[in-house]
Amino acid sequence: MALMDFANPTRFLALSGRVLPWLTGLALATLALGFFLAFRAPEDYQQGETVRIMYIHVPFAWLAMFGYSLLAASALGILVWRHPLADVAHKAMAPIGAVFAFLCLFTGSLWGRPMWGTYWVWDARLTSMLVLLLLYLGLLALRSAIEDPNQAGRAAAVLSLVGFVNVPIVKFSVDWWNTLHQPASVFRMDGPTIHSSLLWPLMICAVGFTLLMLALHMAAMRNEIYRRRLRVLEARAAAEAAYA
Amino acid sequence: MFGEHGFFIIACYGVSALALGALALWIVADGRLVRRRLEELEARGVRRRSAGRADA
Repeated sequence: MALMDFANPTRFLALSGRVLPWLTGLALATLALGFFLAFRAPEDYQQGETVRIMYIHVPFAWLAMFGYSLLAASALGILVWRHPLADVAHKAMAPIGAVFAFLCLFTGSLWGRPMWGTYWVWDARLTSMLVLLLLYLGLLALRSAIEDPNQAGRAAAVLSLVGFVNVPIVKFSVDWWNTLHQPASVFRMDGPTIHSSLLWPLMICAVGFTLLMLALHMAAMRNEIYRRRLRVLEARAAAEAAYA
Repeated sequence: MFGEHGFFIIACYGVSALALGALALWIVADGRLVRRRLEELEARGVRRRSAGRADA
C-alpha cells in the first residue's frame, strides 16, 4: 500500500486508532524519563537551578516552530492538491501550536526575570516568537470568522503560508540582530555548546514533547474528521426532515 | 526547594502542566461529544452514503 493511500480519512481513522494509544504512552514515558534526568542533572554554573526551566522552554520553542512548519506544509496540501486531510491537519494544529508558543513565551519570561532582571524585552527573538503566537491566534480567529469551511480553509492556508516567513526569522533572529536572548547553543554548525550532562536530558525532553504534540495532533485530527462527518449527517437529516 | 528561584521553576512547570493538561482534556472531551452526536444520528437511521462499503 502506497503512503498516499493512508491520506484517506477513513484509513487515517483506522490507522490512527491503533497508533494513538501507543504514541501517547511512548510520549508520557519519554517525558517521565526526561524529567527524571532533568532534575538529576547538575546546576548550570551561571544559571544555577533556573536551568531546569530550559528543559521545557527550549522544546516549547522548537515545537512552536515545528508546529507552524507543519501548518505551512498542510497549507500547500490545501492550496495545491486540495486534499481534505491537509485541511484537517491544518485546522487541528493551530490551537496546539498556539499553546506551545504561549508556553514558550511564558516559561522564557519567568526564566528572564531572575537571569536578565526583566520579564520581557522587545528584542528580535522574543518579538518574533510573540508574532508567531499572534499568527496562531490569527489563524484560529480567521477560521471562526468565515462560515464556509472550504473558504475558511483556503484563507487560513494563505495566511499560514505568508506567516511562514516568520519561522526563519525566529530561528536566525539571534544571529541577524543584536539580542539579549542568547544565540543558538544546540543546533549549530560547530556542534552544541552545552555539556552532555545537560544536553541529554534536554534532548530526551524534546523528543517526549514532540511525541506528545504528534499525539495531540493525531487526536485532534480524528475529532475534526468525525466533526465533518457529523456536519454531513446533520445536513442530510435536515434535508430528510424537510422532504418528510 | 530549587534555591532562591524556586517560585519561577515551579510556576513554569505548574502552568505548563495545567495548559497541556487542559489542551489534552479539551481534545478528549471534544472527541467524545462529536462521536456521541454522530452515534445519535446513526441510531436515528441517518448514515453516510459510504457507510455500507467495506472501508466505512
